[in-house]
Amino acid sequence: MKFEHYGIGVAKGMALTFKHLFRKPITTQYPEERLTVSRRTRGNELVWDKERCTGCATCAKSCPEGCIEIITSTGEENNYIVDKFEVDMGRCIFCGLCVEACPFEALFMGYAYERARYRRQELVMDKEGLLLSGERQPSGYARPKIEAGLPRQTLLLDRDKVKK
Amino acid sequence: MAIFNYYPQTLSPDWPGGYWLHWGVFVVIIMAFVLAMVMGFIYLERRGIGRFQVRLGPNRAGPLGILQPVADAIKVLIKEDIIPAKGDKWVYWLAPVVAFVPALMIFAVVPFHDGALLVDLNIGILYVVAVSSVGVVGIFMAGWGSNNKYSLIGAMRAVAQMVSYEIPLALSIIGVVLIAGSLSMNSIVEAQDIPFILLQPLGFIIYFLAACAEINRTPFDLLEAESEIVAGFHIEYSGMKFAMFYLVEYCEVLAISAIITTLFLGGWRGPLLPPFLWFLIKVFGVFFLIFWVRSTIPRLRIDQVMAFAWKCLLPLALINMVITGIEVIALPPALLWTVIFLNLGIMVVLVVLWSKFFRLGGGRVEV
Amino acid sequence: MALKTEPFVINVGPQHPSTHGVFRMRLTLDGEVIVDVEPVLGYLHRGIEKLAEGRTYTQNIPFTDRLDYLASMSNNLAYVLAVEKLAGIPVPERAEYLRVIMAELQRIASHLVGVGAFLNDCGAFMTPLLYMFREREKILDLFEMVCGQRLTYNYMRIGGVSHDIPAEFLPALDRFVTTMPGFIDEYDQLLAENEILLARAKGVGILPEELAINISASGPVLRGSGVRWDIRKADPYSVYDRLEFDIPTGSVGDCYDRYWVRIQEMRQSVRIIRQAVEQLPPGEVRTEVPHLLHPPEGEAYGHIEAPKGELGFYLVSDNSIAPYRFHVRAPTLINLTALRDMMIGWKVADAVIIFGSIDICLAEVDR
Repeated sequence: MKFEHYGIGVAKGMALTFKHLFRKPITTQYPEERLTVSRRTRGNELVWDKERCTGCATCAKSCPEGCIEIITSTGEENNYIVDKFEVDMGRCIFCGLCVEACPFEALFMGYAYERARYRRQELVMDKEGLLLSGERQPSGYARPKIEAGLPRQTLLLDRDKVKK
Repeated sequence: MAIFNYYPQTLSPDWPGGYWLHWGVFVVIIMAFVLAMVMGFIYLERRGIGRFQVRLGPNRAGPLGILQPVADAIKVLIKEDIIPAKGDKWVYWLAPVVAFVPALMIFAVVPFHDGALLVDLNIGILYVVAVSSVGVVGIFMAGWGSNNKYSLIGAMRAVAQMVSYEIPLALSIIGVVLIAGSLSMNSIVEAQDIPFILLQPLGFIIYFLAACAEINRTPFDLLEAESEIVAGFHIEYSGMKFAMFYLVEYCEVLAISAIITTLFLGGWRGPLLPPFLWFLIKVFGVFFLIFWVRSTIPRLRIDQVMAFAWKCLLPLALINMVITGIEVIALPPALLWTVIFLNLGIMVVLVVLWSKFFRLGGGRVEV
Repeated sequence: MALKTEPFVINVGPQHPSTHGVFRMRLTLDGEVIVDVEPVLGYLHRGIEKLAEGRTYTQNIPFTDRLDYLASMSNNLAYVLAVEKLAGIPVPERAEYLRVIMAELQRIASHLVGVGAFLNDCGAFMTPLLYMFREREKILDLFEMVCGQRLTYNYMRIGGVSHDIPAEFLPALDRFVTTMPGFIDEYDQLLAENEILLARAKGVGILPEELAINISASGPVLRGSGVRWDIRKADPYSVYDRLEFDIPTGSVGDCYDRYWVRIQEMRQSVRIIRQAVEQLPPGEVRTEVPHLLHPPEGEAYGHIEAPKGELGFYLVSDNSIAPYRFHVRAPTLINLTALRDMMIGWKVADAVIIFGSIDICLAEVDR
């Protein structure tokens, strides 16, 4: 094995590294700056619309992990009343199959991702925790109407200058 | 005693207290300098390598991350001191000390200003070479006392590498000594009306590479190679002993930078700014080069490292020494610029020749 | 008189910074030379093949994501191809083109990690790794725009893809495709001609052509040894027969050839993406498939050219909603069978490099 390029390969590499000293860093200082996630993000929670849900449990049947638990009872107007709707977010793999399967568009993926908890029991979301309300923003995954209302995602590609 | 016959030469005329005051003041200066600069180097290296990699370095501990070395020091001090049960206890305990003390002793002969050294030995640079070889023993003791196969492999590689690179190191210094006419570091700086890097380009490159190998820096850092033998000889160390090894690494980088500045870049000499500032600027410049190399280049394998020392650097250093000797005797000092271009030309020719005919390391061994 | 030495066994353990995952090798060393290698697998076995027998065909798609998590789109694609072959389901053309675009983007992303990790193992202190991760971030942003996740996409469905691309995908993809060749040139400038990388990786870990064919190697490992075999050309699936691209092939089969093949494949992928975007037809992206699919009785084998090799899914159905047998032909497990022959005779430092050049993902090896 010979020292083939007389040290010029090393010099070229070092010139490239030196050029990078003058480029802006690409990191984001997390708690102070946050990037906007995608409109279709499969965030870290589920959001449930109680008015539209009929208790058919298609979502529970299509979950690969079996982490949705639904208990219903019959109501007066030939419908189901949902007594218990519990999702174990600790076992959920965030695949989104439940959201795609819902025939009544009553279940959404969440938009928030900062949902760390100190205890595993606190990750289980019950009926009240899952409710669609003003504070819990659903994401546009498989829900085009909600997707249209969300802000644009920040892309690292936007910082590249394209030479024409 | 003989030492009191010696002291009038080290004592500048305006030091009233005598030998011991001079010694005391300079010990304080050197300890403060080393500790402050090591902290500064740790911070600068991490921020600098971060900038080379399009990210910021650490910026959370204090404004702009300035307290990061302090945080590192506190972290290392409060960790539990684990001692392997079956290791050789005394060897394990003494290894960081044996590795650290020589690194600190080098600063005794580094001049900060004309005559401002701890002691102006007239064998200055030879003392430096001798003392820095003692550090190798410390590393081997660390590898042996840890009772760990990885440490032992690391320590053996370390000893082989450091011993082989001592020779080109010493030989490349001889060129500088021949031109300056003295081994004393103070006289070498005073003889540099133009910096010796121009007169000895090949010597500079050889010394730089050999010094990087001595202090186990990339591309020769295979004994603390994180991706192979996971930290080499200091795997089993934690707490204050690990802090000593960490400190040894940066202390030696500082020592090498200071020595390169003194030998090749003109020490504290420079036009407008105060001499101490020039010294710091040059030391930082050499350090910038060292960590620029670290962030770009992959590391070599042990047999390639040995081949590089014995087959490449050693003959080049010998040829450099012979040519410098011929120039010092035969050429008159008025032909300075001719000598500069002549040396540059010889360096290019030698580098090209060696690249063409030199084979780096063995291949596969038949088993 | 020869010195009597004894080989000793060193354990490159499950936790190690450069075995890409939990992989254990027991190396028998004679000095620094490797005499024997014994790989120990199974630290990441999760029983995916058995778990898949209890879930319907659509519910298995997220499981295939977690096989080679650095190339999830390819895993999804291979599985969905196998099910479509089993049940005879047609796929609309727009979905085929979208699948090709996603698969090629995924190939670039996976090779960026593979090459970056390889260079990191060579010792270049994460600088090339971080540069390549910058490009990978751009690709992951594109994927997040389409399907909402950055690592385990669950994008392909039986009969097409799950969602159509949003309006801002194509301009962003266009920007990526225009700037990416410039960045690949930068990687070449950084390290392709670096003498130290050439010294470490050229001629090291040679996999001869017959051995590669005999052990059914595939992917860059096979092509690096000189065999021109790519499933996209040999047994075209999806719309690859309408797209023009070359197959880069190495000559010798050493680590440098495999690294070179991966970099050239990235360039070819950019070329394929450009053509696919030009030829993208309008239409729907998914055929109607019953919620619980009952494929007829039989078996099918669907295979694709994944970034790491030939990834195949062998499905046996007995007309029920879940597969009767679900077997994954993991390319890296089969490529790893040559590890012993590639490593014997080289040194410890080469073990890590040879291992890194095969580019494994433990989740696929152990399933």
